[in-house]
Amino acid sequence: MTVSDKAEGGRPELIKAVPVRHPGRWVAAAAVAVLAAMLISNLLTSEAYNWSEQWKYFLSPPVLNGVRNTIWLTIAAMIGGIGLGVMLALMRLSSNPLLRGASWLYLWVFRGTPLYTQLLIWGNIGALFPKIGLGIPFGPEFVSFETNALYSAAAAAALGLILNEAAYMAEIVRAGVLAVDPGQQEAAHALGMTSMQTMRRVVLPQAMRVIVPPTGNEAISMLKNTSLVAAIPYLELTFTAQTIYANTYQIIPMLIMACLWYLILSSIMMTGQYYLERHYARGTVGSGGRMGLRARLAARGGGGGQ
Amino acid sequence: MNELMVQSERVCKNFGHVEVLKGIDLEVRNGEVMCIVGPSGSGKSTFLRCINHLEKVNAGRLWVDGHLVGYRQKGDKLYELREREVASKRRDIGMVFQRFNLFPHMTVLENVMEAPMLVKGEPKAEVRGRAEQLLERVGLRAKMNGYPGQLSGGQQQRVAIARALAMQPKLMLFDEPTSALDPELVGEVLDVMRDLARDGMTMIVVTHEMGFAREVGDSLVFMDDGVVVEKGSPREVLGNPQHERTKAFLSKVL
Repeated sequence: MTVSDKAEGGRPELIKAVPVRHPGRWVAAAAVAVLAAMLISNLLTSEAYNWSEQWKYFLSPPVLNGVRNTIWLTIAAMIGGIGLGVMLALMRLSSNPLLRGASWLYLWVFRGTPLYTQLLIWGNIGALFPKIGLGIPFGPEFVSFETNALYSAAAAAALGLILNEAAYMAEIVRAGVLAVDPGQQEAAHALGMTSMQTMRRVVLPQAMRVIVPPTGNEAISMLKNTSLVAAIPYLELTFTAQTIYANTYQIIPMLIMACLWYLILSSIMMTGQYYLERHYARGTVGSGGRMGLRARLAARGGGGGQ
Repeated sequence: MNELMVQSERVCKNFGHVEVLKGIDLEVRNGEVMCIVGPSGSGKSTFLRCINHLEKVNAGRLWVDGHLVGYRQKGDKLYELREREVASKRRDIGMVFQRFNLFPHMTVLENVMEAPMLVKGEPKAEVRGRAEQLLERVGLRAKMNGYPGQLSGGQQQRVAIARALAMQPKLMLFDEPTSALDPELVGEVLDVMRDLARDGMTMIVVTHEMGFAREVGDSLVFMDDGVVVEKGSPREVLGNPQHERTKAFLSKVL
């Protein structure tokens, strides 16, 4: 049959076939519907939630103070963790074996021990280092301070979270740097850029595309991990909820209230993450990274995007 | 100004136990266009990369514009150059890669402007004017606000050439600049290179384009297995190869 033969008959009739049935979907939908109905009925009828008690405390000064502490701890821990993490990653990638070894040791210790235990140690650091001073090891000291005078629960909480987060951020940054095509560094060097210039202008901006999504996840994890600084102890959101229900015995309402606050905060962070990812996708999506969410999802789903 | 842009004396390079260059003697005059051909693995790309110190020479000496590459000589002792010094030597040498290596997170214009501003600290307005002229010259001024990912391979390679030229180099190195391109895009890149040669740029081109070598090249070098097997004018080497290995290679590619 030649092409002209086909054309003669005009456009063929549209196919009207019986679609494949998906009985599994109906079963799953029924199961989900039943579970959802059970949940809703529980939420509406159970006295244990005590919604009015939750609302009473939701915007109360102690809870707002806890929320504020949770927010600043998350921000401080992420900024400090990213800064220290980038440094550790560059040390790990350096050609200096001493720096590489030091970075490796740091990661080994801080990733190999639980955050909760680390926070307990930072809370009791005064017992380990009663005095902090500058001087020659085994020799004379120039200045020294009483640790407990310098140190507050807030500082201990932030320090503990930063030091732990840095270890994880270091690995994320290192993966991002290694993901950049080595040809990029060669091209930058061939143009006369030094290693520092290459890192700052060429490698890190491209590594960001790989670094940002897991960092957003880290930030959201951090929001929740701040609840562990109750170990110090420091009055963040969860610990505040605990102190309230220690008096009122309204355990579940206070914990649910804390969860609602965490959900609000993490939703805000997820929105921020979306815009940040879009910014660092510049040059990789068809229209220079200025596509909307829907267009991006369509491009991804259709396999048309790069 | 030096008569010789590149002077190579018994340059050797090995990666571990593999000897890639086994004593390369070559001279490139100012304004000369030298094409280097040869089978893959013959060391021609490695030699090119040695010229701007992307690879360290293990033995022999290599001079660019009268300066020893990668080292400083005091008496009969060699001192390795610091990274900053190596970087400043590379400013005068442009390099174009097989896989373009444009910076994907910058627009076409930013790609061209980046190095003169960052490395030489030239004022933005001046660099911008020159960048636009260069993009005009390679026929891509209309695309200057696009990103490299939106361009065809041939267009990307032309931007890469403009980016290298923005540093106003004395010497341009081309490492198989058309090997990653679809056949119909090769011509537009060769046109830009031809134009550059006509303007008197000193160029060393590693290539498989024999037509370009014959037409544009002042000299042709055939390398195989880490040595220069034959060199001469393109007409002589391509038309009347003296060496068996050259004949065997040319019979396959011509």
